[in-house]
Amino acid sequence: MKIIADTGKCVGAGQCVLTEPALFDQSEDDGTVIVLDDQPEGELVEKAREAVHVCPSQALLLQE
Amino acid sequence: MTTVEKHEFPMTRTCPFSPPPAYEEIREEEPVSKVGLPDGGWAWVVTRHEDVRTVLNDRRFSADRQHPDFPQLVKGGFRRQGDERTMITMDAPEHGPARKAVLGEFTVRRMEALRPRIQEIVDGQIDALLAGPKPGDLVEALSLPVPSLVICEMLGVPYADHDFFQTHTAKLIKRATTPEERRAAFDTIRGYMEDLIAEKEANPPDDLLGRQIVKLREDGAYRRASLAATGFLLLVAGHETTANMISLSTVAFLRNPEQLAAIKADPGKTLDAVEEMLRYWTIVDAATARLCVEDIEVGGQLIRAGEGVLALGYAANRDPRAFDDPDELDIERGARHHVAFGFGPHQCLGQNLARMELQIVFDTLFRRIPTLALAADVDDLPFKDDANIYGLYRLPVTW
Repeated sequence: MKIIADTGKCVGAGQCVLTEPALFDQSEDDGTVIVLDDQPEGELVEKAREAVHVCPSQALLLQE
Repeated sequence: MTTVEKHEFPMTRTCPFSPPPAYEEIREEEPVSKVGLPDGGWAWVVTRHEDVRTVLNDRRFSADRQHPDFPQLVKGGFRRQGDERTMITMDAPEHGPARKAVLGEFTVRRMEALRPRIQEIVDGQIDALLAGPKPGDLVEALSLPVPSLVICEMLGVPYADHDFFQTHTAKLIKRATTPEERRAAFDTIRGYMEDLIAEKEANPPDDLLGRQIVKLREDGAYRRASLAATGFLLLVAGHETTANMISLSTVAFLRNPEQLAAIKADPGKTLDAVEEMLRYWTIVDAATARLCVEDIEVGGQLIRAGEGVLALGYAANRDPRAFDDPDELDIERGARHHVAFGFGPHQCLGQNLARMELQIVFDTLFRRIPTLALAADVDDLPFKDDANIYGLYRLPVTW
């Protein structure tokens, strides 16, 4: 599985960071998403799915 | 064309803890249907969780509140042509840069850095409540001052002026306010903000407004009126909403002692409880009005360009398709996908500040005052049935 983030779509709500800070961070400058680990494994896989689901701008995509 | 609407908006609650009964009827029978508006026009209401998310995240729905066809929730509307625009009324591509200009101030990490100061503010207000008369009013002692103090410090607005802007904000959100009074309140706060920013220009301080002056000047994009519009938005949105969530959630906790016991036993659960409270109350139900700018089908209903849409967050957050037993308060249900902060590009900018304030307030309030109790019957509490942000005018408590 691979996480793909579209920073152009991202509106910086930070929902992904709240879901799993081990996978996501936000840019200090404009708040957009930074993917810390784009190939999650184990229990982080479920967290990645949750982050995709709650992202308000649908800026995250999972490539299975 | 007004004969086809079965319902008028806003609709009336029959229970302070539940949406208007018509919401369920509409959601189950005709999930996208027409309602009459206070100014004589009409709009579509969208009531299912999935459809609300669609409306709020599709560019075919515009947030341009100055458009003459934009659905008006109060007589005379909130805004007029020519007003300085804020990010909430912009569409792409104008919206993204405006939002990102201040977004760095509201990241999860920035909010976490505020935690010690927010804790200090909450403790100070609880000290004052305990030192004051018994019963006391939680709204006056805690709910309103905490978010007001926090947003004032963040922005660099003197808290000493809180009576002034709280009074005018209250006028803005009350439905019975006349268009003239609403306009006057709007202009008054906007003027106050312009004066304040003008004072900061010569030597910009290290607060949000000061940092924005510096940053926008560097980008060659600084205009006082524009920053005043942003400051106005953050100040107004930053205190009245969270204040009402504190009051309403306190009532909900006190009515559900087993759920309160769960967060007392394990403060790690408080963040989940915050999400559930946000879902359960959805205090800005209809803030998510939109104007359709290109024909689109939503929930089986064709919506045409030029038609207004109200994506009802409260109806969506009580949709059994998205939440089991939606009318039950269950802090452990996993409510993260609620739309109480909206959805899409305009989702609440201050949501992580609100979450942090609520988390700290609940953990601290019930730990420090374990005997907290309502000092009035629930039926006698003054719920804000007459305002566009739901809440409580007063909350008598004892301990």
